[in-house]
Amino acid sequence: MNTSQYEAPGSVDEAVALLANAKGNARVLAGGTDLLVQIRMGMADPALIVDIKKISEMTTVTAENGGFRIGAAVSGAELNENAAVKSMWPGIVEAMDLIGSTQIQGRCTLAGNLCNASPAADSVPAMIAADMTCTIAGPNGRREASVGSIATSPGKTSLADGEIVVSLFVPAQNATGGDAYLRFIPRTEMDIAVVGVGVNLTLDGNGVCTAARVSLGAVAPTALLVDDAAKALIGTKVDDAAMDNLAAAASAACNPINDKRGTIEFRTKVAGVIARRTAAIALERARSN
Amino acid sequence: MPITVSMTVNGKAVTGEIEPRTLLVQFIRENLKLTGTHVGCDTSQCGACVVHIDGTSVKSCTTLAVQVDGADVHTIESLADGDTLHPMQEAFRENHGLQCGFCTPGMVMSAVDLVKENPDPSEQEIREWLEGNLCRCTGYHNIVKSIKAGAAAMRG
Repeated sequence: MNTSQYEAPGSVDEAVALLANAKGNARVLAGGTDLLVQIRMGMADPALIVDIKKISEMTTVTAENGGFRIGAAVSGAELNENAAVKSMWPGIVEAMDLIGSTQIQGRCTLAGNLCNASPAADSVPAMIAADMTCTIAGPNGRREASVGSIATSPGKTSLADGEIVVSLFVPAQNATGGDAYLRFIPRTEMDIAVVGVGVNLTLDGNGVCTAARVSLGAVAPTALLVDDAAKALIGTKVDDAAMDNLAAAASAACNPINDKRGTIEFRTKVAGVIARRTAAIALERARSN
Repeated sequence: MPITVSMTVNGKAVTGEIEPRTLLVQFIRENLKLTGTHVGCDTSQCGACVVHIDGTSVKSCTTLAVQVDGADVHTIESLADGDTLHPMQEAFRENHGLQCGFCTPGMVMSAVDLVKENPDPSEQEIREWLEGNLCRCTGYHNIVKSIKAGAAAMRG
């Protein structure tokens, strides 16, 4: 390990300047639950580590336009204890809560899960289903991007050199909307998703689905937003026939790998099953809202 | 380029000159020679290295030592009062809560944090809390029993 410099700046501007002026490879440290492990395993060897946990803009959750802005360094445990976020977007909070153990929850972050760019990241399908965006700061100022545009392939992101995710924004949930996230793992805890599904749907007064977003994780190089799966729900009362179409669309969208956690065939089939179960939870939540 | 870190460990002010990449667990074991905190995997899975930072349990391989500059750290060595074991340690001894003992420091530190948040945890709550602590001897049954007894003893 060659990491020779550690900095914990107090502002986003300072963090951006540190990254822009870095000689050699620099990495941003949010929770560190991926980065420090990668360093220990020899998979990453940054010359500079920029710790963002001392930047107040990045460690707070604030109400904004009916939704919430979540700082990039807000931990899973903090999010889980935020009653307002949890009641509006239970699926996002549940997805985040699935990551790691109690001690990992105390440190890990949504933005870190996003920027680690694992195809199996639990929070990402839930964030895509909720149509979340992020604010990115870099040498050329700030820009907005959709959460779904960040990961480009396993371990790779669309962030340019020196860019850093400052915060994530989740819009207001529709009054009669509901979201959910479920994953399949062979154990009950502490595992990596074999398939993960995020569903967010809205009903009208007659119980007809008027809008839906369905996102799949761990079945392709990046999390997918599956329009055909959403179309299977929109305009229906989310009855059995709609659920069958949803499951078929989810399975059809899969482009998974074979690995020790699941074969292509298994993942493809299970994606449909989990999509169905997730949609049922989102539906129940939308009905009770 | 070594940097200076200062923190309180087990009630004592300590300072060290370390490389920025030094993990907290390395600082505790190698600089402070407090070897009660174990390294089972050093990839944040096994939980043998759990310590308390400002009162909250953290895997000390998930944290750089420089990140906890100024913090109040407690390791397994801080629990016993001389020869008198902490009630949670005593409960592990009474209930055969350890086999090889390697995971025990992390188990005990996690358990103490659990009881602080939830003084009377159910078996299910204990098992869920221990999701981040692995016992390769698979001695979970007695570990859970120990924590139940330890929690009762801590309630007094």
